[in-house]
Amino acid sequence: MAIDLLLLIGLTISAVGSILKRDMVKAAIALALTSVILSVLMFRFSSPLAAVFELSVCASLITVLFMSTISLTKPLTKEKEEKRMPVRAWHIVVLPTLLIVAALLLTFVKIPMDFTAPPAVPSDVRSVLWNNRQPDLLGQILVIIAGFFGVLVLFKERLFRADRAEVWTQPVRSMSVLTPKESDAVGINSVEVREGTNLGEPLSRKS
Amino acid sequence: MGSNTAQLIRAMAVFIPLLFISGFYCLIVTRNLIRALIGLEILSKAVTLLLIFAGYITGRTALAQACVITLILIEAVLVAVAAGIVVNTVQHTASLDRRKLENLKG
Repeated sequence: MAIDLLLLIGLTISAVGSILKRDMVKAAIALALTSVILSVLMFRFSSPLAAVFELSVCASLITVLFMSTISLTKPLTKEKEEKRMPVRAWHIVVLPTLLIVAALLLTFVKIPMDFTAPPAVPSDVRSVLWNNRQPDLLGQILVIIAGFFGVLVLFKERLFRADRAEVWTQPVRSMSVLTPKESDAVGINSVEVREGTNLGEPLSRKS
Repeated sequence: MGSNTAQLIRAMAVFIPLLFISGFYCLIVTRNLIRALIGLEILSKAVTLLLIFAGYITGRTALAQACVITLILIEAVLVAVAAGIVVNTVQHTASLDRRKLENLKG
């Protein structure tokens, strides 16, 4: 019981830390720590398979996804990062205060303890999944397929823009305009081109 | 019911709502899109803990684990797609601030 209480306290502290940490990388690491502690709690509550899933998927895969997202969205300089998301110090006071008040209130909530637990049904997770939760399995497969196509569509547009970017960065030959092929590639019908302009610079566009 | 189990139920009755409150607070208050995902993750963890504990005290750990495995899989796909959306949003708006998404551009 004491170990469970310590684990629960650690779980709450690491979850709150992931919210309050200003550095996103540290926040992601705190979230991974939350998953690890949750996994240990699951082992203690006789759920080893779910604990392994939690450890392998949430503590590692999701952390890697967060790190990738953070690295892809990180500004180049610290000044830009400061400008982008200014510090709001009141979070550090508000959330812990809110949680302490909630914990004190919840301590006085009366929980009915007179229920009798139904008799335990020993069964295997695999048999429950395959025999009783078949719609869940179908749902999981559909969600994975939907997620695959979602990510594909999201990053397909990025690849397309990378192809178009090659046309924009080519320097313009003097007094030349875009060839019809180049116009089609960038998706504009007419453009005013200044002599010697690098297409990477802003251009005035004719409607 | 044993006193140990009763104490554990009382402890869970305090800590699981605290996780829920933390997750909701993060989702509602934060302006950072990635931190909103973290809030969503914390909410999922609260639900996971609740399911596992319910399975533990009722003796139906297999069913609880089956539900939690489904939840974890969906959570992983959700984070992957949401991360892709966040990266695309940053490319369009050059910012992680959710307030920049309020101006819809057709």
